[in-house]
Amino acid sequence: MKSILEKETVRSGATTAPLLRELVEHLRLHRTELREEWARRITEAELLTAMSDAEIFAEATSVYDNYVAALETGTFEALQTYSQNLSERIIPRGVETHEVVGIVLLLRDVLARSLFAKYQSDFQLLNRILDAYEPAANRIANTVAVGFVQERERIIREQQEAIRELSTPVLQVRERLLILPIIGVIDPQRARQLTEQLLRAIRANRARVVVIDITGVAAMDSHVANHLVQTVEASRLLGATVIVTGLSPEIAQTLVKIGVDLGKMNTVGDLQGGIEEAERLLGYKVVPSDALSQLPGLREEAQ
Amino acid sequence: MAVPILKQAEYLIATIQSALTDEDLISLQRALVEKVGKFRSRGVIVDVTSLDVLDSFASRTLRDIAHIIRLRGAETVIVGVQPEVALAMVQLGITLEKVATALDLEEGLAYLDKKLRHARSEP
Repeated sequence: MKSILEKETVRSGATTAPLLRELVEHLRLHRTELREEWARRITEAELLTAMSDAEIFAEATSVYDNYVAALETGTFEALQTYSQNLSERIIPRGVETHEVVGIVLLLRDVLARSLFAKYQSDFQLLNRILDAYEPAANRIANTVAVGFVQERERIIREQQEAIRELSTPVLQVRERLLILPIIGVIDPQRARQLTEQLLRAIRANRARVVVIDITGVAAMDSHVANHLVQTVEASRLLGATVIVTGLSPEIAQTLVKIGVDLGKMNTVGDLQGGIEEAERLLGYKVVPSDALSQLPGLREEAQ
Repeated sequence: MAVPILKQAEYLIATIQSALTDEDLISLQRALVEKVGKFRSRGVIVDVTSLDVLDSFASRTLRDIAHIIRLRGAETVIVGVQPEVALAMVQLGITLEKVATALDLEEGLAYLDKKLRHARSEP
């Protein structure tokens, strides 16, 4: 061992390979206690609280082995695949980014400490070992953390897509009458999408009246309110009347406070009232069937 | 390009078929105002279905047409504004206030029929 190091007088890329090999040997030899130490530190730091000790130890073992393999081969593809796989498993259990970064940094710390302990008598050798170890360890930590974050982002993107698709149904309830129930938070992008979808639906269904129900909208700022006004005006340019329903007391007060001009808007208290008003505009009259017989002209059909 | 103006019973129908210059718009306005008197029309429909842009001058001219024709004793309906055009217009702050709009020619005719029947039934 010493002979190898003695030959190396200059630090270069070639010198790290044998050092890493020595390092890997050390990590293999002390696999059990280092893993246990790591798992203990994870529990101590209250990371991965969503998982049981046995699970933590099992995951710790696979991460450890992948870690050592990555150090040994210098290739990170296997580790990448593993960390992606790991992320897929632990994200649904509520594991946070800081926990994943935390455990990888802990492993780095545990291994560095064991290297200190082993080489403390030979400071120069320790230095070189760390020189070889640090870049590889950083890269491993980076790979795992990035893998985790990417997986999270992929999930977030998927969910956003799903929400976008689900959240803007334009429904026809009667000939010429559309309902657009808006639920959740409206950001500028969604507001724009809503408007475009509504205008297209007005054309496609030849709608004359549209009821926009915002009961499910928790909050509204001036930007969104102005967009709502624009939607109403654009719909009118297509020849459709818009009725806005379900303005909550909070939103109504906010709108008045921030001075949004809703004067041009036709508002009705709730969805039912909005539909009734829309039916009136369209010339419908809804009558209970037992009252039909009292209407002149409809008597024969009712009997 | 001049806009053809068709007379259909007591209505005039002007179908804009391609993008118009400012001069074209002004001559459309003049022709409509003149023909409303000549044919004693009760309603005017301006169809903008084929326009994919309505700039501020065009919008203002349409609004002016509607107001002038009201003074001449007839109603005006703008029909066929495309969704994208409508969105672009409101974003520019053009809303054609107090001008009647309808989805298409059919709807515009229905609107005028209803409006005029209503006007006649009043004493």
